[in-house]
Amino acid sequence: MGKKMDENRRRFIVQMAQSLAIAGVGGFLWSAYVDEAKAAPLTLRPPGARKESEFISLCIKCGLCVEACPYDTLMLAKPGDHKPLGTPYFIPREIPCYMCEDIPCVPPCPTGALDIDSVSEVVDGKRVFDITKMRMGVAIVDMKSCIAFWGIQCDACYRACPLLDKAIYMEYRKNERTGKHAKLLPVVDPDYCTGCGLCEHACVTEIAAIKVLPRDVVLGKVGEHYVKGWDVSDESRLEGSKGIQTTKTPRSGKSALESLNEGIDFE
Amino acid sequence: MKGSILSRLWKKYRFLILRRLSQITIMLLYIGGNYFGWKILQGNLSSSLLFQKIPLSDPYAVLQIFATGSILAMDAIIGAIIITLFYGIIGGRAFCSWVCPVNMITDAANYLRRAWGLDRLEKKWWASRNIRYWVMGLSFILSFLLGTAAFEMVSPVSITHRGLIFGMGFGWAMIVTIFLFDLFILKNGWCGHICPLGGFYSIVGRYNIFRVEHNAPNCTLCMKCKEVCPEKEVLYMIGKRSEQVKMGECTLCGRCVEVCDDDALYFSIRDFIKGEKNEA
Repeated sequence: MGKKMDENRRRFIVQMAQSLAIAGVGGFLWSAYVDEAKAAPLTLRPPGARKESEFISLCIKCGLCVEACPYDTLMLAKPGDHKPLGTPYFIPREIPCYMCEDIPCVPPCPTGALDIDSVSEVVDGKRVFDITKMRMGVAIVDMKSCIAFWGIQCDACYRACPLLDKAIYMEYRKNERTGKHAKLLPVVDPDYCTGCGLCEHACVTEIAAIKVLPRDVVLGKVGEHYVKGWDVSDESRLEGSKGIQTTKTPRSGKSALESLNEGIDFE
Repeated sequence: MKGSILSRLWKKYRFLILRRLSQITIMLLYIGGNYFGWKILQGNLSSSLLFQKIPLSDPYAVLQIFATGSILAMDAIIGAIIITLFYGIIGGRAFCSWVCPVNMITDAANYLRRAWGLDRLEKKWWASRNIRYWVMGLSFILSFLLGTAAFEMVSPVSITHRGLIFGMGFGWAMIVTIFLFDLFILKNGWCGHICPLGGFYSIVGRYNIFRVEHNAPNCTLCMKCKEVCPEKEVLYMIGKRSEQVKMGECTLCGRCVEVCDDDALYFSIRDFIKGEKNEA
């Protein structure tokens, strides 16, 4: 009797272990694929998309944003696109975002992966859209292949920009080669750039010299420890912090101006 | 046999024809929604909008998103509740046989299996039909760990319907894989063993209204019903007892009803009060 019980117990334990091992093997293979597949850092998302990690967990892959887009800008990632499967994205060099004022792609999102509040405000009970608040990416210029940096007059990206003179402005620089002309150089201001990609679409070079990339790929971060001493609001961050003291040296006795002018004979 | 050829064909294939109509119509409405801007059914089977008003969402996908720890917007939750109520009360597991486009692929594999007599010739693998519930459990754990709906990342069901509506890409490879798997490796392999969405709807539709019922005295034990049934374990009572097919795994495809020459199987309303009927 005892031997029989043992046999049953052993069988039960072995079969449990077998089931768990199958689940484990399957689980590891499955998670290895999914973990790789969801990491596509160069994917440009639709307007109002939450940050990538939140977006990838919320998006249900229904394609309602894709269907709402009147310009066929948005696509759902197919097998072979090398993007997280079924999620919406766009390629600005092919079709950029034309920044519709009524933003038809965001409200249909059923899960909130596209955050309507990030591109609109409720004023007097009515929702007012502001497409310029979206941050799909940011444009960067390759100054070696941008012909404006050669001294050739080209302002295609500047003219294409829906936020002309804000998101892209032109900077003058002397053309040292001719010595007589000015270069007009496109400069992107990430504070205004929405990442619509109209500049990349308009760029005349063979491969666009101005490209839109996701903001977290391109933009840096200064860090909390830098304070703009000339900016009153930034300076106010220091209020109440400990350990701030003025260093005293023999030079500190005089004012800065006196110190700078020291030893100069003005007569 | 009475009646014209057409009426005989209708009698033998009526549910199959209706199911194909249902599957194809639903896919055409979605495709029209994307390519021609039809406003009847927009989106896809993961989440859609009916008549531009009513949200419909795949409750299994919504649960996976919950498992990632994300807070969903209301539309998806309402949509998932509507779908759950529909299949819970009316549809049972009918999604699998009346809506899902993969059903046409696996039915085709099954048809060839029968036509070529593969069941008799092939090397047989035994696989538990409970794998799907393990896969479903695993999908929730992986969704939690990876921060993304894990089955939705690999789902052949999604790849197929998304592919039909938004463009297939290399998705055809998945369709071929499932077809060959069901044809040569495991009978009813995908829909009957592995697919966790089918498992999910088996649970959701466990107590719906419509059921297949067996009338044992009429049965001549020809076993045609078990031959065509994609979930033949649900027909355990054939020839033994008159009772309703109560297991949630029944997809309500109606194949058993139409192949039966003896009127021993028919659709009926769930008998909530009486359990078993008189013994045969």
